Amino acid sequence: MGMATKDLWVFIETRPDGTPKNVGLELLNPGRRLADAQGGKLVGVVIAGDASIAAKAAGDHGADCVITIAGPEYKHYSTDAYTAAFTYLIKKYDPLTVMIGATTNGRDLAPRVSCRVGTGLTADCTELSIDENTGSIAWTRPAFGGNIMAVIFCAQHRPQMGTIRPGVFKKPALAARDVDVVKERFCFDAKNIRTRIVEVLAHAGEKVDLEGAEIIVTGGRGLGEARGFEVIRKFAKAIGAEVGASRAAVEEGWITHAHQVGQTGKAVSPKVYIACGVSGATQHVAGMSSSETIIAINKDPNAWIFSIADYGIVGDLYEVLPVLEKELRSILAR
Amino acid sequence: MNILVCVKQVPNTQEISIDPETNTLIREGVESIVNPYDGYALEAAARLKDKNKAIKIYALCMGPSQAEAALRECLSTSADEAYLASDKFFAGSDTLATSYILSECIKKIESLEGIRFDMIFCGKQAIDGDTAQVGPQIAECLDYPQITYGLTCEIKDGELHVLKETEEGKEILAVSFPCVVTFTKPNFEPRLASAKRKFAAKKMEIKRIGVTDLDGIDRAKIGLKGSPTQVRKTYVPQVKKGGTVFRDGPPEVAAAKLAKLLVDNTVVKDIE
Repeated sequence: MGMATKDLWVFIETRPDGTPKNVGLELLNPGRRLADAQGGKLVGVVIAGDASIAAKAAGDHGADCVITIAGPEYKHYSTDAYTAAFTYLIKKYDPLTVMIGATTNGRDLAPRVSCRVGTGLTADCTELSIDENTGSIAWTRPAFGGNIMAVIFCAQHRPQMGTIRPGVFKKPALAARDVDVVKERFCFDAKNIRTRIVEVLAHAGEKVDLEGAEIIVTGGRGLGEARGFEVIRKFAKAIGAEVGASRAAVEEGWITHAHQVGQTGKAVSPKVYIACGVSGATQHVAGMSSSETIIAINKDPNAWIFSIADYGIVGDLYEVLPVLEKELRSILAR
Repeated sequence: MNILVCVKQVPNTQEISIDPETNTLIREGVESIVNPYDGYALEAAARLKDKNKAIKIYALCMGPSQAEAALRECLSTSADEAYLASDKFFAGSDTLATSYILSECIKKIESLEGIRFDMIFCGKQAIDGDTAQVGPQIAECLDYPQITYGLTCEIKDGELHVLKETEEGKEILAVSFPCVVTFTKPNFEPRLASAKRKFAAKKMEIKRIGVTDLDGIDRAKIGLKGSPTQVRKTYVPQVKKGGTVFRDGPPEVAAAKLAKLLVDNTVVKDIE
């Protein structure tokens, strides 16, 4: 174990092509504030086949320094290789705080690392602050389906670790600059990776970027049938919006989980969130309540969504959406 | 082959509401259920057993005595044996302490039954805590490989093939035995209990494991005091108050106002 530092680490998760996922860069935003409060450096950690692209992106988004581990065994995520590499770095550098994006891979990796290191981990946080008395991070997260928020401390163990939900924080402003990159060497024999990718079945041609979208048009159970998403998609495409879905709509099989917004889907904070036929269940609201403006369209005048919406229209979305599109066209044509 | 399914008894969070006066959770009258994701894990085990009757399914639950009800439910659908880990020393455990206790229980059951578990199945997360950490941490305590976010699985050429969810879509991963797999919601519902099994489950023995049964467990690493993380406080999130709602009148009037708003705030700059 090296000398204990006051550094705060952010895991810059990458895709197999070496490009960083949004969440790691987003975390450099609260990471900066918390690292300064801790009195340590903000460090990006990249484990990848080729770490150079993500290392540069981390520097450009404000990391003081980047530590990388690269090698062919890290091109595709595996629990075994990534856990070993991450644990090696933690033991060598002894950071005070480690933040990992709560993606599918992040939530696979973080508990494994925390258990190997023997420290505490708080899952899927949506708010972060520092307790001035103790210097501990106040990891804040929704529980009970979003009905309550819990503030969790890891007071005695270091590093304190948390996974943080994608889409909650905005990426820091881009400022290209040179950043110190520490290239660590840690080889993990591919023979010791105990899982094997047999087949990758990507959603054909569909890329869903809910976290990065400025406008999201979401469909819920009120659509009544799968065809409703054709109407939603047409409207969304016209105004340059991304398509979201409630859990109910996904469970009906009308649209894939990649579109799901809420406690068990994505957390989003677009400029405008247009909820169509969405009742506003707590678990859905937990994923979209930080949108700047919420517009709700629902036939049910008593739908809960109206109590959190900035603007609501009581009406049938199949009638309202085409009218809204027509009005937009006539204004923009002027 | 032997499969252990870890289950948790949880309050039905869909029924939980907030008392507007006191701003606290109303838990009275909320039913306790088997965590739905654990139900999918149990169903995955049952489907393997459908193809190979020699498979034996064990259910393990940590919780108070009432959690026996959750285990009886598992017995009434597809589990063959059930164990309840219950002890006041276990109470207040966070995910790290819980997975440590469960992994010690797994070793204990293996020695009691004279078997080795080939697969340990868990729900991806419990609907009350939503952490998704216990499955991977059990795998780490046992030094087993893991696959998370599983949908379905099958045994193929001496390996387990798991169809899993990813952010980009789905993929099939293969893993050798023994392994830990956590499951999310597939596109089918778990089987229901037959009347016959339900009746039999009432009489079946649920074996108990307490702290004294776990030889060599480090008591400094369990319970509230042995947990690295602690809940400092909870609060009800403030939702913003509703704004303007157009309740009646033709949709054209409301749509015109919203369209103007979207354009004026330069949210919609262009239309295709």
